[in-house]
Parts: sequence; C-alpha cells; structure tokens
Amino acid sequence: MSGNGTGIGASVKRKEDTRFLTGRGRYTDDINLPGQLYGHILRSPVAHADIGGIDTSAAMAAPGVHAVFTGKDMEGVGGIPTGWLIHSKDGSPMVEPAHPALALGKVRYVGDCVAIVVAETREQAKEAANLVDVDYRDLPAVASIEAAEANGAAQVFDEAPGNVCYDWEVGDRAATDAAFENAAHVVSIDVVNNRLVPNAIEPRAAIANFDPATSEYTLYTTSQNPHLVRLLLGAFVLGLPEHKLRIVAPDVGGGFGSKIPHYAEEAILTWTAGRLGRPVKWTCERIDAFKSDTHGRDHISTAKLALDADGKFLGLHVTTKANLGAYLSTFATCVPTYLYGILFAGPYTTPAVYCEVKSFFTNTVPVDALRGAGRPEATYLLERLVDKAAHELGMDRVEIRRKNFVREFPYQTPVALQYDQGDYDATLDLALDASDWAGFEARRAESAARGKLRGIGISTFIEACGIAPSAVVGSLGARAGLYESGSVRVHPTGSVSVFTGTHSHGQGHETTFAQIVSDMLGVDFDAVDVVHGDSAKIPFGMGTYGSRSLAVGGTAIYLAVEKVIEKGRKIAAHLLEASVEDIEFENGSFTVAGTDRSTSLGEVALTAYVPHNYPEGLEPGLEETAFYDPLNFTFPAGTHVAEVEVDPETGEVELVAVTGADDVGRVINPMIVAGQLHGGLAHGIGQALMEECVYQDDGQLATGSYLDYTMPRAADLPNFSINHNTTLCTHNPLGVKGVGEVGSIGIPPAVINAVIDALRPLGVNDMAMPATSQRVWQAIRQAQG
Amino acid sequence: MNDFTYHAPTTLNEALAALGAEGAKVIAGGHSLLPVMKLNLAAPTDLVSLAGVPGLADIADGGDSVTVGAMCTHAQVAGSAIVQARIPALTAMADGIGDAQVRNAGTIGGSVAHNDPAADYPAACVALGATIVTDRREIHSDDFFQGMFMTPLEDDEVITAVRFPVPSRASYAKFANPASKYAIAGVMVAQGPAGVRVAVTGASGDGVFRVGEMEAALGESFSAEAVAGIAVSSDGMLSDTAAGAQYRAHLVAVMAKRAVAACG
Ligand SMILES: Cc1cc2nc3c(=O)[nH]c(=O)nc-3n(C[C@H](O)[C@H](O)[C@H](O)COP(=O)(O)OP(=O)(O)OC[C@H]3O[C@@H](n4cnc5c(N)ncnc54)[C@H](O)[C@@H]3O)c2cc1C
Repeated sequence: MSGNGTGIGASVKRKEDTRFLTGRGRYTDDINLPGQLYGHILRSPVAHADIGGIDTSAAMAAPGVHAVFTGKDMEGVGGIPTGWLIHSKDGSPMVEPAHPALALGKVRYVGDCVAIVVAETREQAKEAANLVDVDYRDLPAVASIEAAEANGAAQVFDEAPGNVCYDWEVGDRAATDAAFENAAHVVSIDVVNNRLVPNAIEPRAAIANFDPATSEYTLYTTSQNPHLVRLLLGAFVLGLPEHKLRIVAPDVGGGFGSKIPHYAEEAILTWTAGRLGRPVKWTCERIDAFKSDTHGRDHISTAKLALDADGKFLGLHVTTKANLGAYLSTFATCVPTYLYGILFAGPYTTPAVYCEVKSFFTNTVPVDALRGAGRPEATYLLERLVDKAAHELGMDRVEIRRKNFVREFPYQTPVALQYDQGDYDATLDLALDASDWAGFEARRAESAARGKLRGIGISTFIEACGIAPSAVVGSLGARAGLYESGSVRVHPTGSVSVFTGTHSHGQGHETTFAQIVSDMLGVDFDAVDVVHGDSAKIPFGMGTYGSRSLAVGGTAIYLAVEKVIEKGRKIAAHLLEASVEDIEFENGSFTVAGTDRSTSLGEVALTAYVPHNYPEGLEPGLEETAFYDPLNFTFPAGTHVAEVEVDPETGEVELVAVTGADDVGRVINPMIVAGQLHGGLAHGIGQALMEECVYQDDGQLATGSYLDYTMPRAADLPNFSINHNTTLCTHNPLGVKGVGEVGSIGIPPAVINAVIDALRPLGVNDMAMPATSQRVWQAIRQAQG
Repeated sequence: MNDFTYHAPTTLNEALAALGAEGAKVIAGGHSLLPVMKLNLAAPTDLVSLAGVPGLADIADGGDSVTVGAMCTHAQVAGSAIVQARIPALTAMADGIGDAQVRNAGTIGGSVAHNDPAADYPAACVALGATIVTDRREIHSDDFFQGMFMTPLEDDEVITAVRFPVPSRASYAKFANPASKYAIAGVMVAQGPAGVRVAVTGASGDGVFRVGEMEAALGESFSAEAVAGIAVSSDGMLSDTAAGAQYRAHLVAVMAKRAVAACG
C-alpha cells in the first residue's frame, strides 16, 4: 500500500461532492418517466380503528384521477415481510402478524397506509385523497410500552396476547444470579432510551414502472440496499422473479437506517404501476415522513451490576422492554436482541452477563434500525450504570473503568461475541489528555463564578460492526446472509469500474473504494469509478447499514482486486516469457523478480481483451468478482468525553466540549472518517439533549413536525476534538472496522453523565434523555424539595 | 392547498381594491400564512401581496418615536442603524426571531397582524406602547392584541406601519423553543414616557400580557432585585412538549429579571 496522495490514508476530496455541491445529484425525485402518474398515499389519521368501509367514488370522480386502490384491491398480494425470526426463552417463535401493504380491515397507527390515489398531477392526487371517505370505527389504542403491557390493554393483534412479540434472552442466567449472591455491592439503574425520528434530509420517494414489452418492473427508490428490497418485494410480496424486477437506488440523501426496510409504499407503487401500465411516482412529504419513516430506539430498561469490594464487575443483569411499533419492519426484531443484548460486556471483563428483552406491539410507527441500532441503547445503559456504580462505591469514574477493561485478546465475552483486538487504555488515555480531564476542576470553578454548573462525563465503549458471518446470523434467525460482493472490471485501456453491493447515501464510498483500488492497482485515482445502487448493474449485495460497507464491502473489493492481479500475473508472465511465480506486481507494473523486465497493467489489460499473444487456456478479459463473508464482527472502540455547562435557573444545558478518542481500525480517508464521526456525534448529541418522539395516549404524534421535534443544529454544537488510536482488525486484510455509527453510540451516555456530574452538587443523581431544559429544571426543583 | 388568485398590486389603493373580494387575504412574507394554507387550515381565494406597494418598507426616525414600515423584514429591523440608535432592544429582538431565512422573509406587519401567541413583536409593541398604523386608522397596541390570533383588524384592512415611542431604556429576554425557535417565554421590559412596562409573549394561551406586579415594583425601584421575588402564576399558561405551564411561569420570572438586568 503505497499511501500516495490519493491512496489509502490520504484525505482525498470526495468524488461525489462535485455533483452534490453543484446541485447535480440525481435523487429519486429527480427522475421522471414518460407518461408518469402521481400517487398519493392516504394515511390513517387515527391510531387504531376498524375500517367499516371505504367509499372511493368521489375521489375517483375528481379531476385527473386514474385510480384509487385500497387494501381490498391488494388482497391476495403478499404482506410486507420481516427479516429476522426471533425465538422466545421457551423456544417458541415470535408472533409475526401479517402486514398488508394497504390496511385491510384495521388501521394500527397514525400513518398506516390506507389507500393510494393516482392522478395526472401530484396536487390532483393529494386533493382527491381528501375525498376518500373512510369509515373509521375507533378502537382503544396502546401508544407506549406501559400501555401495551397494562392489564386489559387493547390488543394490536389478536394473535399477540398482551401485545408481546417475543420474550428473548441471552447469556447465562444461573451464572449471573450466582455472581450477585457473591457480590460485595449491587448497583441498579432504570433507564429509558428515548424514541427518535430519523429525519434523513431527503424524504423517501419511489417511482415504479412496468414495461409490458419485457414484463419487467423497475422501481427507483430511496433505499440503502436495493438487492434486499428486490428480494423482499419480489420473492415475498409480489411474487416476481428477480430477472423481471430491477431496483435502482440512485443518489440517496441520508438513511441512518430508516431506508433499510422494505416499505409498504414500495410494494404499493410497484403493484399499482403493473395494474395501470404506467409509471407511478410518489414523494413523501416531511409531515408524512414523521409518521411513516421507521422510528428508532424506544426501550425501557432496568439493570443491576454486581461488584466485588474493589469495584471489579462480577455480573450484569439487564431486563429490557422494547417497542416495535404496529408492524414488524425489516430488521425490527433483531435490533433490540442480537444487536443489543450481545453488547453488554462492553469493554469490560464482566464474567457473567444476562439480558432479557420483551418486545411489544403498539399503535405507533414501526421501529427499526437507527444509526447504531441496538448498540447505542446498550452502551447508554451500561455507561450510565458504570458511572452510577462509581458514585455509589465512592470510586473514581475513570479508575472503575480501567479496573475492568479487557486487555487480553482475543476475548470471548459471556454474551456470544469474541473481540479480536483492541486497546481500551490507549483510547482512554488519549481522551483524558485531549479533553484536559485533569484540569476540569479549574474550569468548574470558573463556571461557578459565573453562576453556572459545569460537569464532565465519560463513556468507554465498544461496538460491533459488520454483522457476520452468515452461517452464525442464520442460526440466530436472520433470513438473509450478511456477506458482500465486489466486482472489479479493468477496461482494455486501463481504467477501472468497481461494482459494489453496498450503497452510498452520504458515506463517500465512491471515494474510499476508489482509493483502495487505485492504491492496490497503481492506477490513477481518477481512472477508478465506483458503481452502486442498481440491481441491473451490480452483483448481488446486502447494502449499507451497521457500519459494514468498508469492513465487508471494501474487503470484497480488495479480494476482487487480488484476483485481478493474480490473473494479470499470468498474462504478464506470458508477455515477459517468465514463469508466473517470478512475476511481482507493484505500483501498476508486473516485473520479473530481480530483473528490469516489466510490463504495465495497461499493457496486460489490453492483452486480456485483445488476446492475440496470450497464455493458452486462460480466459480473455480482466474482470473479477469476489463475495466476502466475514469470520467475525469488527469491534471499533473508544472513549468519548463531554463537558457541559448548566444554567441552574432555566435548566438549559450548553454543550461546551466534546472529545472523541476512537479506534476505528485502519483509516482509508481521514477526512471522510472525521465527517462520519462528526455526523454521528451530532446525532448522538441530538438524542442526549434534544430529540424525543412523543406520542399522546391516544396514539397521536405530539412531535409530528419541526415545530416540536428538535433536531441538533450547527449552532448547538461545539467544535469536536477527534483523535485516533488504531489497532487493526485481525480478520480482514485491510484491518478496517467501521465508523459510521461511532458517535451515536459513544456520546449519549457521556453527555448525560456530564449533566449529572454538573447537577450532583444540587443533589440530582439521575437524568433522562433528552436532557431538555424543562427536564433539568424539574430535576433541580425536585432535588431541592 | 386550494387554488387561489395571486394579486401583485403596485399601489395601496389597488391592494385595498383586491382585498375587497370575499376570501381575500394579505400576504407579506408568507411565513405564517403559507404553512397554515399547506395544512388546509386557511384557504383564501385571493392572495394580495404587498411586496410591490411602495413606501411600506421604510424606517423613519420621528424624534420621540421610530416608525417601521409594515413590510420591513425582521432582518431589516435587526440591521437598521436608526432602530439600533434609538431602540436597541428592538434590533436585538428582531435579530432573535427564528433563523436567518425567517428573518429575511417575515415582516413586522405580518407578525403583528398574525398575533401568534409565541411571536416576539407583540411583547415589544405592548411594552413600548407602540401604535399600529393602518390604511384607515391608528390602533394603540393595548387595544390591538386581543388574544391568540385575535386583532381588531377588519378583513380588508392593511397595516402600513408600526410606530414605537423611544423608551429611556428597554430590553428583551427570550427563552426560545429549541425546535421552532419561537418564544416559550419572551419578556420585554421598557421604561418610557408611559412608565414601566413588562410585556410577556409565548407563555400565555391569551397571547401577550403585562405583569402588573412587576411593573409596580420596577416603578419603585428599577432593578433586577425588585422583580426577583415576584412569581408569575401558571394559570392560563400554555403547555406543550417543550414546556409545561409551571415551567413557563418560572421562565417568565427569570426572563423578566434578566431583561431588567440587561437594561442596565
Ligand atoms: C421556522 C419559523 C420560525 C419562526 N420563528 C419566529 C420567532 O422566533 N419569533 C417570531 O416572532 N416569529 C417567528 N416566526 C414567524 C415569522 O417571523 C413571521 O413574522 C410571521 O410568519 C409573519 O410574518 P409574515 O410577513 O411572514 O406574514 P404572512 O405569513 O405573510 O402573513 C401572516 C398574517 O398576517 C396578515 N398580514 C400580513 N401582513 C399584513 C399587513 N401589512 N396588514 C394586514 N395583515 C397582514 C396575513 O394576511 C396573514 O393573515 C417564525 C416562522 C417560521 C416559519
């Protein structure tokens, strides 16, 4: 790896930014097909009701309207499937109710799809939707976990008694119970992980087309994983063979997990286009995005930690209730289980860990992955609990963490994961240093002189990225593999197209992957282009989520490049009249070892496509594909420190400093990595201080627009101090781990720990997310009696 | 949103003529009107823009008063040398409205006419004792803000300007909703020819209101300490996800104290 100006390790400016910054991106809503109609999705205004009947006649008669379809019309079409089967403690499979794309008989949340109105223009479709007369017969709604589990609660599904989807566990309960029996101290905590609305800047959109000449469907959609949509939509919903269903996810303006799921609208649009024989386009409005993009988080947990007299962790017991919303979205069921429970060792040597999770149906928007997906929830709970333990035992917050760090690798946790590598002391030291932890008391005094309460908080965490290997996740209930594909096509004159099954929606893959390939092949960075997002162009791939793209997809590309080089050596050996074993490849040249006889990659590529003088028996062409199924997750880790200043009169929390010391494995492009960290931190800070999706008891969304739902703004954030200590992942050739979710996983507990640290002098020992000014003010008032 | 006819008159008389139609409405910056139209909460048949009517966006120094044209944007007021020299509290207030996009589009006339219970201008108008000038009359702010979204304006009446008496001192303290940036509690404190006034916006379901007890205390001694002990009742306060009634009442007291302190 040469590490030249555009190679691995260089802060190359992003290729894709030329089009993004000049307004030339091509998003789904930018696409218009000849003869297209517009669909408007009529959504349920009530959280739970029987549908007595739907009269579409007035809407059908409205100007420009071509069709109105309801659940009855789509009856017989498959329901929207879910991607992961969870088994309960007793071995029974989870309750998996049908999810009709258009509501059939019942609506189950505000935003549930009730009808599609198709018209000549967007406005006509929307106006006509007001004329669809739906007879809603209101049923009592359950809008929260507490309501769902209450005695006599309304049932979201008849087949799910008590609204329970599953009651799952991981870890050794008996060993954990035993640990508590021998403990010198037991510290317990109750935490809520607040529900969030994802808020990608680009609303979801889709445009579906059916070509009667070829019987082929094409769906342009805002997806993080076009092949996954093809699989679910084709095989499970519409019953279409893969070769007749093309999914294109062009430029996508942010996903954060909310564009992983296969959504009902995608099925409705595609089916409608087939029925009408004309393209149909739909673009979600922001106000509908709030009530139809999958939400994230929403847990209620109680946990206890057993410690010995010295503060060494002996056992951890976690009991969580998770809200899944009204239907099971694609990865809804695995987020609070296999992306959550197995994280509870954290960076610590806790020998016995047990976690049980009961998940509930409620009359709310379906919940699915959101940046971090399960891992922020686990990290938040654990790091709050560790801080509480330090406080109750009178120990230093840093020392209690250090005392319990894992230092020998590989490390087998009691909850399934095996950490391959890490250095938690190094990132901790780096963070303490960069945040001037030692100098904090002086800053606290300075704030106090201005009437402000200053606090500092820390979190030390690991995350698990690039979920794999396929056989293991399959045995845990996943209905898909979690490998990735990469193809590398060296063109006859030496430029290169790279095809990846991952999808870039802000991550900068077109740059990072090109850096890897140009570095390995010794070709110009500008001579490498990355193709993604079109199932007709790319090999079957699983898409982008869970910080997997570089670790899994980048490795697939790496392996494909190796195959290209391997074949190139054979061609070069022939051209140079040497034996293959003697051919070395470096900086774009094939050389006979120990001589100055060499030929270039360009020469070799040309020969591969014009094989006049060519090795016998070797196929022409220079294009290779690799599928990579990782041996293990990757384990980024780090320490985050937050420093806050609280106005005791108003309760306002100002975030004054944020320090990250992260081990994300090898960094391919430091600038892109910094960008990912910044975005993740902003996201995590949003959860800690601002964002909260609130439902009223009747299932109406109280925070249904930006009037009430607070997103972090640039002005809310201090400059971030970003620092790296790198240990390489041991089981992929690039040594990479993943970075997209680090911030949203690591920072929330650091922020809340800082707020509590600030308020301790007033007698406040607990704080819920988001730590809004009102919540802080109430806590202060309560503490002061 | 329903279809409507858009009018772009170039004189006030043309505007008034267009407003004669049943269902017609003035549009200024559109930052309050268009959102409610998009939600189908208002469906005017005709929109009459004041953007092309000359003379509505001037700021004039009248010696003991400053007159701000109805079509002045918040950014214009925030950047006005005249306002800054005579009533700096008003420039600061205008500079704290929403965000840059809102300040570049929203107007003082629109804000006053809309009388949103969380808007900032009503507090400034009432505390400073402003007069609302329309095409046909002058209305003192004490008579103008009649409760949430309520004013004495007739359907076809156009605000042309707002005239602010110059106070001897004034200051505005705002606690903003973190999401919308509208006021949760905004308190304008002013001392002028009419005495001391403390006007509160954002907090009450009835819109802007005055705090008599604080005004009396400040009349005796104009100092932060004078109001520090005065609690505001939470009766009738607004309550939403960002701030319940008690918290709002508390914030009113804190903002009042801070506004007084900032008066110097
Ligand atoms: C995101 C956002 C944040 C905001 N934050 C704040 C804030 O922090 N503080 C705040 O005070 N405001 C805030 N606003 C409101 C904004 O500042 C505008 O002042 C307000 O929308 C009204 O002004 P406008 O010119 O846009 O009026 P319009 O929306 O055009 O009109 C509003 C109403 O007033 C009537 N009207 C307008 N001009 C006249 C006139 N000259 N004569 C008679 N009637 C008239 C219209 O018919 C309409 O009924 C915010 C708005 C948005 C969108």
